[in-house]
Amino acid sequence: MAIDAATVRKVARLARIAEPEARIEPLARELSGIMDWIEQLAEVNIEGVEPMTSAVSQPAPLREDVVTEGGDPERVLANAPRRAGDFFVVPKVVE
Amino acid sequence: MASLTDLSLRQALEGLSAKTFSSEELTRAHIEAIEAARPLNAYILETPEKALEMARASDARRAAGDPGALEGAPLGIKDLFCTDGVRTTAGSRILGGFTPTYESTVTTQLWRDGAVMLGKLNLDEFAMGSSNETSAFGPVVSPWRRRDDTAPLTPGGSSGGSAAAVAAGLCLGATATDTGGSIRQPAAFTGTVGIKPTYGRCSRWGVVAFASSLDQAGPIARTVEDAAILLKSMSGHDPKDSTSLDVEVPDFPSFVGRSVKGMRIGVPKEYRVDGMPAEIETLWEQGIAWLRDAGCEIVEVSLPHTRYALPAYYIVAPAEASSNLARYDGMRYGLRAEASSLTDTYEKSRAEGFGEEVKRRILIGTYVLSAGYYDAYYLRALKVRRRIADDFTEAFGKVDALLTPTAPSAAFALGENADDPVAMYLNDIFTVTVNLAGLPGMSVPAGLDAKGLPLGLQLIGRPLDEGLLFSLGGAIEKAAGFSLKPARWW
Repeated sequence: MAIDAATVRKVARLARIAEPEARIEPLARELSGIMDWIEQLAEVNIEGVEPMTSAVSQPAPLREDVVTEGGDPERVLANAPRRAGDFFVVPKVVE
Repeated sequence: MASLTDLSLRQALEGLSAKTFSSEELTRAHIEAIEAARPLNAYILETPEKALEMARASDARRAAGDPGALEGAPLGIKDLFCTDGVRTTAGSRILGGFTPTYESTVTTQLWRDGAVMLGKLNLDEFAMGSSNETSAFGPVVSPWRRRDDTAPLTPGGSSGGSAAAVAAGLCLGATATDTGGSIRQPAAFTGTVGIKPTYGRCSRWGVVAFASSLDQAGPIARTVEDAAILLKSMSGHDPKDSTSLDVEVPDFPSFVGRSVKGMRIGVPKEYRVDGMPAEIETLWEQGIAWLRDAGCEIVEVSLPHTRYALPAYYIVAPAEASSNLARYDGMRYGLRAEASSLTDTYEKSRAEGFGEEVKRRILIGTYVLSAGYYDAYYLRALKVRRRIADDFTEAFGKVDALLTPTAPSAAFALGENADDPVAMYLNDIFTVTVNLAGLPGMSVPAGLDAKGLPLGLQLIGRPLDEGLLFSLGGAIEKAAGFSLKPARWW
């Protein structure tokens, strides 16, 4: 099995998803099944092949480094789960 | 005259132009059809008041003598497109009651051309799925049923709401998106036309991101010409999307009906996969015969890396998704679970907000990008992706377009593939190569299987050659004479 329970716990932690203990073993099986199927990529000869990072062959466009939009806190905060004035309220970050 | 909801977009635009009916009347007919079709669960959010308001404004514009290309046409919008002031969910709980304060570029262009919004269409959560069953709002039920069988079928996914709504007469056309086949497979399952244009043809700005190097918007419609009309409005350069192509938008509808005589059509031998139903094979042969009759030359071609496309996709797409979906942290918008620390808040919000398939893909993506695995999985997949794209480049040295089946089967029953993620992923076996290479691909309805369900054929073109796909699709549509609609049971 490509992915064991310890790996699932580690990856879930990295992904910031609280997986309940009861889901760890099933996830290990499901993810291993997917990764085992993906293993067939090892058959492909990729010697000297450039990785394809984009489906667009043109270089990324550049624009002037100027402010195009902004100064509208109401729109920015419209969907805030919690706000105070023009600020997002978040759990305490610094101890 | 046929019912207003049975018209093609083209016919409806003609009727509006001739003042046979108003946009308000046309829109009202669709609102009533939507209300009567709630068992299909195609719409996540109906916006009848907004629709009527837009329709009346459209009628006023027409009366003033200034109609746009889609003036007065009621459309459905996949709920992955952000709509200003209208809740947008991506089919997920994690967005909570998210109500954008901006409008996606694609929908902005539809409204610019006079279209009317009927509501937001159901989809697989974050467009991750092939059956619409991963939606937090429940699956869409296909308007199609097997002959003498009432088992509920999938309309396909992820654009299942779009495809079901178009097939059932709940809009004249719909927006959709396609990351691995999410426009073309639902189109094939519902007897509709769907085109994923060249990567970069439609702006991704304001479309909730899944895998940014693969995601493309496109239309689902009742006819090839309708799809061409919609794609023309949806396309165009947008400085707000750095991958948007700064190229002219051709007059796509003018390509429908053009002769395809002398075109060389490639038939990739690797698409004859084991276990493919004989009916799909027969349909493919029929499509080849139709194009040959239309004057095309048929050429067998080889795309040797085809079988590696899906495994490569299931590294690239989850990797990009794990990065894109990192933004859903419950801080600035969307669902926030209450917890004592910041990390616990993140972990709990994401655990409660994401569904199982989305979690699986985020975990796969996080795993393949994590230290020690990056080269073995992600980098390797990007190199295989190049191999797949090179296969197409080589084939397009010999042929002008490719013809394949769209999907390896007809629509399946809801629940049928739910227990095996890999079995579900195999739905995209013929469509995913096109996303990896960034090419345009279109599904055209071509016939029914023995149980009376629609089957589609896929046309694949060179980059920016959607025009030829519309000509070829038009030829297949004409030869197939497919005008069937699902028998109404809802």
